[in-house]
Formats: sequence, structure tokens, C-alpha cells
Amino acid sequence: MQIYRGHVLVCAGTGCVSSGSRKVKAEMEKQLEAFKLEQEIKVVETGCHGFCEMGPIVIVYPEGIFYCQVKSEDVKEIVEEHLLKGRPVKRLMFKDRITEEMVPHYNDIDFYKKQNRIVLRNCGFINPENIKEYIARGGYEALAKALTEMTPEQVIEEVKASGLRGRGGGGFPTGLKWGFARAAKGDKKYVICNADEGDPGAFMDRSILEGDPHALIEGMAIAGYAIGADEGYIYVRAEYPLAIKRLKIAIAQAHEMGLLGEDIFRSGFNFKLNIKEGAGAFVCGEETALIASIEGRRGEPRVRPPFPANKGLWGKPSNVNNVETFANVSKIIAKGSQWYASMGTEKSKGTKVFALTGKVKNTGLAEVTMGLTLREIIFDIGGGIINNKKFKAVQIGGPSGGCIPEELLDLPIDYDSLIQAGAMMGSGGLVVMDEDTCMVELARFFLNFTQLESCGKCTPCREGTKIMLDILERITKGEGKEGDIELLQSLAETIKSTALCGLGQTAPNPVLATLRYFRDEYEAHIKEKRCPAGVCSALTSYTILEDKCKGCTACARVCPVQAISGEVKKPHKIDSSKCIRCGACMETCKFSAIIKK
Amino acid sequence: MIIKTAEDLKKVKEEALDEATARINDGTQIMVGMGTCGIAAGARDVMAKIMEEVGKRNLKVAITWTGCIGMCEKEVLVDVIRPDSKRITYGNVTPQVVQRIITEHVINGNIVEDYVVGKLDK
Amino acid sequence: MTMSINIAINGQKLTVPEGTTILEAAKQIGIEIPTLCHLKDTNEIGVCRVCVVEVKGARNLVPSCITKVTEGMEITTNSPKARKAREMVMNLILATHPKDCLTCDRNGDCELRTLADKMGIRKIDFGAPVKDLPLDDSNPSIIRDSSKCILCRRCVSVCNEVQKVSAIGLINRGIGTTVGTAFDRGLADSPCVFCGQCVSVCPTGALTERFNLREVWQALNDPDKHVVIQTAPAIRVSLGEELGEEPGTIVTGKMVGALRKVGFDKVFDTDFTADLTIMEEGHEFLQRLTEKGKLPLITSCSPGWVKYVETFYPEFLDNVSSCKSPQQMFGAIIKTYYAEKYKIDPAKIYTVSAMPCTAKKFEANRPEMNSSGYRDVDAVLTTRELGLLIKEAGVDWASVEDSQFDQPFGEGTGAGIIFGSSGGVMEAALRTLSEVVTGKELKNLDFKGVRGLEGIKEAEVTLNGQTLRVAVANGLANAKKVLDGLKNKELDYHFVEIMACPGGCIGGGGQPRPSTPDTKQKRMEATYRADKGLPRRKSHENPAVQEIYKEFLKKPLGEKSHHLLHTSYTPRNK
Repeated sequence: MQIYRGHVLVCAGTGCVSSGSRKVKAEMEKQLEAFKLEQEIKVVETGCHGFCEMGPIVIVYPEGIFYCQVKSEDVKEIVEEHLLKGRPVKRLMFKDRITEEMVPHYNDIDFYKKQNRIVLRNCGFINPENIKEYIARGGYEALAKALTEMTPEQVIEEVKASGLRGRGGGGFPTGLKWGFARAAKGDKKYVICNADEGDPGAFMDRSILEGDPHALIEGMAIAGYAIGADEGYIYVRAEYPLAIKRLKIAIAQAHEMGLLGEDIFRSGFNFKLNIKEGAGAFVCGEETALIASIEGRRGEPRVRPPFPANKGLWGKPSNVNNVETFANVSKIIAKGSQWYASMGTEKSKGTKVFALTGKVKNTGLAEVTMGLTLREIIFDIGGGIINNKKFKAVQIGGPSGGCIPEELLDLPIDYDSLIQAGAMMGSGGLVVMDEDTCMVELARFFLNFTQLESCGKCTPCREGTKIMLDILERITKGEGKEGDIELLQSLAETIKSTALCGLGQTAPNPVLATLRYFRDEYEAHIKEKRCPAGVCSALTSYTILEDKCKGCTACARVCPVQAISGEVKKPHKIDSSKCIRCGACMETCKFSAIIKK
Repeated sequence: MIIKTAEDLKKVKEEALDEATARINDGTQIMVGMGTCGIAAGARDVMAKIMEEVGKRNLKVAITWTGCIGMCEKEVLVDVIRPDSKRITYGNVTPQVVQRIITEHVINGNIVEDYVVGKLDK
Repeated sequence: MTMSINIAINGQKLTVPEGTTILEAAKQIGIEIPTLCHLKDTNEIGVCRVCVVEVKGARNLVPSCITKVTEGMEITTNSPKARKAREMVMNLILATHPKDCLTCDRNGDCELRTLADKMGIRKIDFGAPVKDLPLDDSNPSIIRDSSKCILCRRCVSVCNEVQKVSAIGLINRGIGTTVGTAFDRGLADSPCVFCGQCVSVCPTGALTERFNLREVWQALNDPDKHVVIQTAPAIRVSLGEELGEEPGTIVTGKMVGALRKVGFDKVFDTDFTADLTIMEEGHEFLQRLTEKGKLPLITSCSPGWVKYVETFYPEFLDNVSSCKSPQQMFGAIIKTYYAEKYKIDPAKIYTVSAMPCTAKKFEANRPEMNSSGYRDVDAVLTTRELGLLIKEAGVDWASVEDSQFDQPFGEGTGAGIIFGSSGGVMEAALRTLSEVVTGKELKNLDFKGVRGLEGIKEAEVTLNGQTLRVAVANGLANAKKVLDGLKNKELDYHFVEIMACPGGCIGGGGQPRPSTPDTKQKRMEATYRADKGLPRRKSHENPAVQEIYKEFLKKPLGEKSHHLLHTSYTPRNK
């Protein structure tokens, strides 16, 4: 056996690949050869570490030194200094945002310190294209346990007792769902994985697929055993080519080792998996639309009941869970429901992966125990707001969720607290917004998204979201009318209670949440024709302060539409009718003579 | 191979763990001083010997390396850190000494006192 | 065993069988919940959401049309929340719907407008711009006005499920969703068979037949034109519905009287050529049977079916009878035999046909339908248009007196009348075949095995010791089943009748709306009542038929017949 004293982990998640990790890996191999270290140090391609902003990420084991934003030019130094001479390269380490000190170890970085990585336990640590690395981490032990020591009913009971709830949005208890599918009569049943991750900014499912595909496969096989299914489908969007490639490799390896296929662990249980590539419509994340899409029909939801548990794929009982949900299962079976249920809040157990984006310093994926507060996630893990601006709100749950204002920052997050606050867990997108965000514009942005993604099947979603969007557009253009707020409210409530599927029922959430917490901003737009955040261009104007203007002409030169005039060394003026509110003048002015109103 | 029992799985796991020792390890650690001084004194050969011995005996040992620790005249320096015991630093280590350190200390837990230059609490 | 479910609607307790929907349960206690997209057994998808009601414990409102009751369910149909939601949903539908109701084809029988009235909508909110989408008038039969479409999807369900034609489907998504053909090329360039079932179920003016009334009026007003009209068997049992009669009323005499008042020079009965069809088709069948020709023989009276087989099953074209449909035979005979006999210049004859069908408009337009030297049929009116023609002419239906069809084509038999119902052509053929083959008089004329609304009917008939297996299919999904069965050799018949529309012509795409299973049943019963009441019930006994063979055609399948009464088919692209 070839033994290596060191492993260099190069992240090959989509984020790092796009920031250049392939080049880094090639250079690493070249340099190791140049220093004759190729027999001592092994290069391992891993999945995502979650800290994508800092990519490409390279971690050197056994010490676990964490390098970030590594460029191929840096590789020689890592090899010569660290791998050969044992002197870790400080300048490539993560620099703490507050202390400004270099943090060599991955576990000491604030971004990771407060995390509790269960679902992401292997992401960034193992080579996802090598099943043995997954097995080395205890992989497939849960499947062995379920198949050889437990009855399907016991598996379901265990999942029920763990308190695991669906991580895709609704938060329906997973064990209960499995129980329905188990109880349904049918000669053939299916397990379906919803990997149609569609919330803008959310990428936890992709990371699991890319970084730890066997965790999903194992979870699905356990689910198959529990409900009595011998076949599964993974519905993954075609925009995730790397995830699909790794999944295919993983499925093939699991088959080769007999972990998928016939008579697994001599238990008589058969299970095979198919991959179905979806075209990436948001609505196909809704389970009935997803099933329609697998069947080759138009991706549209249908009325439930009948639920997929009774009438799913090809009319057969089917169980649909998302990637993150399945990825929890093997740990629950291996370590027991009690262990899992010991984490989290009363009704939300375990952890949740959040995709932290927006105006926050550390963006990326963070897996935290349920019940952590928003403040801990945004300020401790996320490192606070970029440029130390003021926090305004955070949008949780993507376009179907809602925003949560500053006064609720200490809210412990779980499924129920978020619903109460007018947001929802959704798939776990967290978009952080600073003081420069206009909340009306934000609502318009998200509604525009859902409106475009509406399948058009039911009236309220198809017609109603368009009318709501038209109203919001009017308001942001300064054409809001008395009564618009009430009309928005009433439309939102009707759509919520009458739309056919979850997409429609939750589409008004961003509007309802912003109305709840930032009604004054709507009123300012409508009544005072003013955008308090200075975002809505129709409601903003730039003015030159005569007493501060030195007449340097810099602003006039930079203005793309010649809206600024004036003689040299004399105060200039902006012609508001020509101005396109691009803000270039204000950025250029060295004397802070231009203000935005 | 085809896995048919929990035992099969365990075997595959053990093999896989051997390959991944550098990453997954909470046992003994051997650390070699690889500063310029160490390399000049023959640290690369020492390292090669350690790897050979560890590989040959299929030991679950993490091999790490460090830069100059400031006892250049005693290079090559090798530290052995066993769980639940002091960190032992050996000096003037040659490939021959490596063999003793591995068999006596790493495997059997008896410190090779002749070459010890320091004992540290971890 | 069906379980009983105990529920409460608006506080009133009731017990209904398992599987009952909230809508049906409410109806039982006299509460009508508004519906729009719902079409029982055909379009049960709950998409319009105008039927939502409140159910205790449910997170959201539920669509009553497809939600089945469960034990202990407490339903409130008129809670403020449900009423407000329904009203707003209706408003959302109306917001972008064109407001030209006064000139709309559906003025007077628009389901959307009736519902808006019933729901008390007196103001349309939102001020959204009205839909303005291009008109599809690419074909002679059906006009699609997507601007008036409310996306209830009834037409799509009918086309895809009932007819298995799938000419139309949904295009785009969200607010841009429309119903259209593949690549939105228009029905003319689609596999549409023009059966008009979509027109029949459309709740608005989005789907209508192409109006030919103007041309007919022009001909009627032209003193140089000799304008004749033929009326199909199936419209005498349905036209009444357009004029305020109950479904199933037989209005033959009144219809003839009214059409005379409208100003037609002659009012003829398509029954005559139905009988002629039996003579030709019956002999064609016997010829194939004795000369070991291609079997089964499949009927060709239904133009929607003919286009279907040309498009989807061209391998069966040799099985389809070469007989033209009765409408086309009529046109050809009028402009030849009739013109000669009555010394009228065929160029000055204008033939109108009144049909329960939209595909007949397409059929009359087929380029090969001019064996008389002229276009055989000049204009086709649906039952609905015929009703409108009578109304436009100012004829007071109530006071119209019964009148008789004109000779020489006013003679029809009961066999011709039952052409209007599924199984009728087969029954008429069997009546004649029995007597022609055995040479003995048939005692029991009722072949009940081929009657009824059932989709596929089979029967066996023994003639001179030979057992003939026959089948009758109505609705193209059923036709497809029969053809697939024949293709796989799972089925084996001698003679098959196929009608494109469910129920046959009484359920045709040109019939009065609504054309529900109940109204179809009543129309069907009426055709058999009319048959029973006639002295002559076998096609070969029709004296006018006997006369035309003597004077003009000489014999079935003869040279003149071949030229005027038969046709050929062409495979078409899907």
C-alpha cells in the first residue's frame, strides 16, 4: 500500500472551480513532482467547503492548515515552504476580520467555529469520487444496520423519534411522510430525491451532491427499505453538471460494491437509482410538478390530495424528500434518534444548512444547530455587514420567504419561529441586507422572480402575482396611489389562501413581510414620493451643494448624459430632467459636494 | 470487492482508513523537523525511512513535519506524540535510529532514552 | 362497499357516499357553488379556483369541485373569507378579459358572463390591460381567439384525453401562458381534426365555429340563386335547444317550416343520402366480403374521424369506406341529378347544409369535393348557426307550423335518422344487409347491442350462416383503442363504425351548448323515437333511393356512383 505523509485537499466544488481550483490542482501536481514529493504527498479533489467566497480553498493535512484564495502562482511556495520544509505559508491563511490575525486552522476560523457540520460532515474533507473515502468515514454503516438489524417499521420509528423535518421548505416531519408511503398499497413504490434546488442564492444541495454524493445515496436506500421501494429517482437540474457527474460516478461505485443493486447486505432488499435531469423551472421543486416532469409532462403541480405517498410517480406510491433531508438520515440511523433529537429546539431538531449571501462579510454555506439566533449566524459566522454598514433586514427562505428586521435578530431560528415572524425556513437562503436596501424594491424583486416562475396553471398565481407586481412597479416609480397598500394586502391574502401549490401560496410572502415590518417605506414611496433608502431611481435626485463645489469639472466629465453643466471654478448644476441617476458624479466628486435625496 | 455483510464493510473501511491516515487520525503522531538545517542534516532520508517503516507495518500514525525549532546542532529532530503521554523529542536521528523509535516507542510505548533531547507536556 | 361519510355544510349535517366531492355534496342540500373550469369526468383539475370554500382546520381554502369529503368535515361555503376569495379570483379572471360582450359570439350563452352575474360582480378592479392576442382563423372550421381564453383548460383536456388528438396544449408559462398548437402555427397546420369538441366545452367566446351565416344570407338575397338546404339527421333532435325547447324535443316539422320562412327555395333531408350511403356502403361491404377485399370495412361519414385516420393511422386508409359522407353525396347529387331533372343551371344552385358538426365545414372545403363540376356543398352551418339564422330572420319559432321536406329528397327512413346516434350507421347497414343477403324480410329491426353512449360497443350478427363481428366506437380515444387493437391483432372485426364525437353526431362539435352526457342521452333517445315512428325504417325501402338508382345511378357501386358518391383519402402529417 502506498502511504502518504500528507494530503493536499483541493476544493473542486463549483464555486472553487470557477475561481480557478483546477489550475491550482494541476500546478500542485507539477510542483510536487518538481520537488520529488509526489510519492509522499497526495493531492485529493474534494467537494465544497462552504466558504466559497474564499476560494479556491486548499487544506493541507495532517495539520489541517487552511489556505484561501490560492492562485496557481502561490502553489510553488506552498510546496517548497510548507510541504517540503514544514513552514506553513502565513500570507495565504485566512485573516480574521476583527483581530486581523492569520488563522491557520480551519476549525478556528469564525466562519466554521459556530457551525455544527453533520450534513456537511464530509463536504470538503473526502474525495467524492472515491466511495472508499466515504466508507472510511463510516459510510454505509447505517444502511448495513438498517438492513440487517432493523425492520422497516423500526427505521421509520427511528426517523420519527429523531424529529427530522423536511429540509426543502415545508418542514413536514420526515418519519411521518415515510410512514404514509409505507402504509400505501402498491406493488411498486418509488423514492424520489428533490434536487431541483431553485431558490436564488441557495446551493446547499448542490454542495452535498458534489461533495458527498454517497450520503444522499445511502439516505435514499434507507428510505427505500423503510417504505418498501426498490427504485429511486434523483431529480437534479441540468445546470448542475458537476453534481450529475459525481452522482453518476457514485451510483456506479455503489453498484460495483453491491451497496446498490440486488440483495443488498444479503437482506433481500433491492434498490436502484436513476438520475433525471430537469430543465430548471422553479416550480419543479414542488413535488407534484417534479413528478410530472420526471414522467415527461409539463412541469406543473396538481391538486393534492391524492398525495404522492398514495399516488406519485407513474401513479405509484412515492416518497419525495430533498437532498439535505436524505443526507441527515444515515447519521440518524447510525448514531440513533436520541443523539439527533438532543440537538435543536423543541420542534425543530438537528441542524440546518444556510446559504449566507448578500451584504455580509463571509458568504458561503453554514450548517448550524437549530435554534441559533440570526445574530450569531450573521455576525459571528458571517462576520457582520460589509463596510460595517448598518444591518437592515435578512430575507429568509428565498422568494417564498420573508424578511426579518433588526429587532428580531435575537430570534432563535427554527421552522416555527420563522413562520411566526412572517418568513419561512424554505431551503435555507439567507440574504443579508444593509441600510442601503429599499424594502419595496426588494419585494418587487422577489415577486418579479415568482411571477416569472409561475407555471400559469391556477388563476390566483398567474393573474394575481402579475397584478401585484404591476402595483409594486408603480410604487417604485413614484406612481403609487392611495389604496395600493390595502389592495396589495388583500391580493396577497387571497393568493395565499387560494393558489394551487406552494409556489403560489407563498409568492406573496415577501410583500406581506415587508408590509409588516417596513410599511413606512411603502408610505414614503406612495405619499411623499420618496425612497428612504435612495434606491428607486425615479424617486431619487442628485444635487450639487453650491458651497462645497469647487468647479473642478470632474463630475461634468464623468456624466454619461451631459446632465451637468457649469463654468470652471464655479459651482456646477445638475439638470434633473437629463439625469439618469447613475450616481457616477457623486462617486467622482472629491469634495463631497454632491448629495443624493 | 462486493460487500455482502457488515464484516465486509468493516474490512473495506479499515483499508480505506489506512489510505486516509493523513486526514483521519487521532492516534500517534510523528513529526520531523524539515527546516533547511534539518534537510541539510538528512531529514529527507529520515522522513523516507519513517514512511517506509510506517507503511511496511501498516501503522495508524500521522506523519507531520515542521520547520526549524531552534536546536539546529541536534538535527535531525523527530517528535513522537502518543495520545495521553508527553511529547518526546529525539535528536541526531538517522534512518537506523528511526527503526528503533518505531519498534520500541511507537509500537510498544517504550521511550528510546538514548536519543531523547526533550520531553514536553503537550 | 362504499362507506358513508358524515359531514356538515354551513352547519347542516348530512351523510354522503365516500368519494363525493364538496361540490356534489353541497348540491344535494341545494347549495350551488360557482364553478368554471370544472367539467365532470373530463376536466377535474381545480385550476380556476372560483369554487373555493372554507374547511375547518384546513390551512387554506379548498377547491370544492375536486376535494372529496372526509369524515367529520365541516364546510362553510359562504364565509366572508371564501366569498371574498371567490370574488377576487373572479375579478382576476375578468381583469384581462375583453369587454366586448355585446358583439361576442357567446353573447347570451357565455358561462363566464353568467357566472359573473351570479356572483354579483358589478365592478372589475385592477385596471389591467385587456389581453390582446392574435386570432387563429387559419382553417375553415374553428376560430380560436386566445384573448378571450381564461385558461380553464377544458379544451385541452377534451383534445388530449377524450379525443387523443393533442392538437392543442399549453404554451409558455405564468402570465404568458396560452393555449395553442405546436409552435403556435395555427390549427390548419396542426393535427386538429376539427371535431369541435373544444368549441363545445369552451365557457367563453375563445373557441367558436367559423361563421358562414353571412354567405348564406348573401345567397338567399340573390334572386339569381336557387338556394337549397339539407338538414342532418341529428339536428332535428337538438335544434330546439337553440330556440328554447327542452333537450330531446323532435322539431323536424317546425324546422322545415321555419327554414321555408327564412327563404330557402328547397328544404331537403340529409336522411335521403344517409339511405344512399347505406346502399353504397352496404354493397361495398358485401363486395369486400365475397371478393376477400380488405376488412374490416370502416365507415366514413364522420369527417373528423376521416381526418384523424388520414393523420394518425394512414395504414388503415384502405379499410375506410370510399363512400363520401351523406353531406357530400347530397351536394354532388343536387348539382347533377337534381339540376338535370329540374332543368336548373347547376352554376346557379347554392347548396347549404345544416350539420351538428364543425368538421363538416372542413370537409366541404376539401379540394376533391367537386365531382359535380362545382363545389358540391357551398356553405355549412352548425346547429347553433342554424338557430341563429332562424332568429336573425325574425321567425317566431313558437308560431311556426309543421311542414314537410321538399321532394324529391324529402323522403327519409328511420335508418337514415339513426345515423345521428353512435351505432346508427351500423344498425342501418345491418337492417339492409340482412335483407339483401338473406332475401327474407327482417322481423326485428332493433339491433340494440350497438346503441347507447358507451364508447366501444361490439356485436355479432349471423347472416346466412356466416357470423359477422361488428364494432362501434365513438370519440376518438375509443377509435384509437379499436385501431390499436386491430393493429396488434388483439381485435378482429368485419365491419366497424367510427364517429369522431362522443355519442356520435348528437354530441357533435356544432351542437347546442351545453352538450352534457344528460342532454346527449335525451337527443339519442329522440333519434330512436323518430325512427320508431316512421313507416319505412330500412334504407333500401326508400322510394326516392329506388328512383334515383332507376333513373340515374343505375346500380350501387356503378360508374356514376363511383364518380359522384365515392372519394379517396390522403395520408397527412401529424
